[in-house]
Amino acid sequence: MEKTVNHKAWFLVLPVLVLVAFSAVIPLMTVVNYSVQDTFGQNQFFWAGLNWFRETLASERMWDALGRQLVFSGIILAIEVPLGILVALSMPKKGVWASVCLVLMALPLLIPWNVVGTIWQIFGREDIGLLGYTLNALGVDYNYTQGFFAAWTTVIVMDVWHWTSLVALLAYAGLQSIPNAYYQAARIDQASRWAVFRYIELPKMQGVLMIAVLLRFMDSFMIYTEPFVVTGGGPGNATTFLSIDLVKMALGQFDLGPAAAFSLMYFLVILLVSYVFYTVMVNMEKREGK
Amino acid sequence: MDWMAWTWPTAAFFATIAALLVLFTVLAIRFPETPRVGVLRFETTRGDRLFITLLGAAFLNLAWLGLAPWPQWGALILCAGWAAAVFRWV
Repeated sequence: MEKTVNHKAWFLVLPVLVLVAFSAVIPLMTVVNYSVQDTFGQNQFFWAGLNWFRETLASERMWDALGRQLVFSGIILAIEVPLGILVALSMPKKGVWASVCLVLMALPLLIPWNVVGTIWQIFGREDIGLLGYTLNALGVDYNYTQGFFAAWTTVIVMDVWHWTSLVALLAYAGLQSIPNAYYQAARIDQASRWAVFRYIELPKMQGVLMIAVLLRFMDSFMIYTEPFVVTGGGPGNATTFLSIDLVKMALGQFDLGPAAAFSLMYFLVILLVSYVFYTVMVNMEKREGK
Repeated sequence: MDWMAWTWPTAAFFATIAALLVLFTVLAIRFPETPRVGVLRFETTRGDRLFITLLGAAFLNLAWLGLAPWPQWGALILCAGWAAAVFRWV
């Protein structure tokens, strides 16, 4: 059957365009406008040219926050992806327990970010928190408000607790879609467990895992609420990630110009990474489709 | 529109991008094309190449601003070269 080409169908996309214009494009344009000006409030603006960009590029503070951000995203991806796959592999394939597992796995995903932060903030406290108190009773010097290592560990473990389920659920969906015939063929060939994983399960999960990596990278790269509630970016600047720094600059110091320049650079990095992931994903689908 | 704090240079910047988008839409309708595979080894259309050009140009401008001691318009020449390369080989 021949496909009908009707360009008028593009008008159906208009409502979405209007929505995106108001929620993203217009605010983004405003940020671009702010990034080349200085303001002292009262809606009065003064031309600053490219100074804020120059200042931000030369600022150690921005590079430090970017470095911390990349390390954080790298660590959580390195933990959450393998762990998520492992969890998905160990979940029952069908039956009541499969449903129970799914519900349990979905629970952390339903908790709002600031509540997760509050839970871990209390959980880690050395006076009343179960984790903090126990660790200190065992002789471990654990205090996330003062120790660099303790703060980072808490923030990372919290993220792993909150988001590994997402990777696990996506990987589980990928696993469930593998037809049984593949496993039967593997059994006939007497393939080892590792070979089944390496040559059947992993390639079949590739698509969903790419989505999982993309989602986790983006979310972790933009993380704000959880570390802000737990450590407030401290001790010192130890857990001041990009968005925490950005909010400090824009709202705390009311430096709208530099903050706008900063956020545009932040946006560009995110745009680049999203585009790379998107291209890889689309091409993977095309190759599979052939 | 006061709250958006418009300036002439930023308005010109967005107008250029909008004009490019309109131009490429018209081109796509008037001269439909088949995607091709270039040096990046994935299929690209003219629109994809425009996106890669603009994104790359943003990074080139920032790199120029941060690293080069010369005036910023120099980056424009670099970006023109970048655009030509992307449309020729990507």
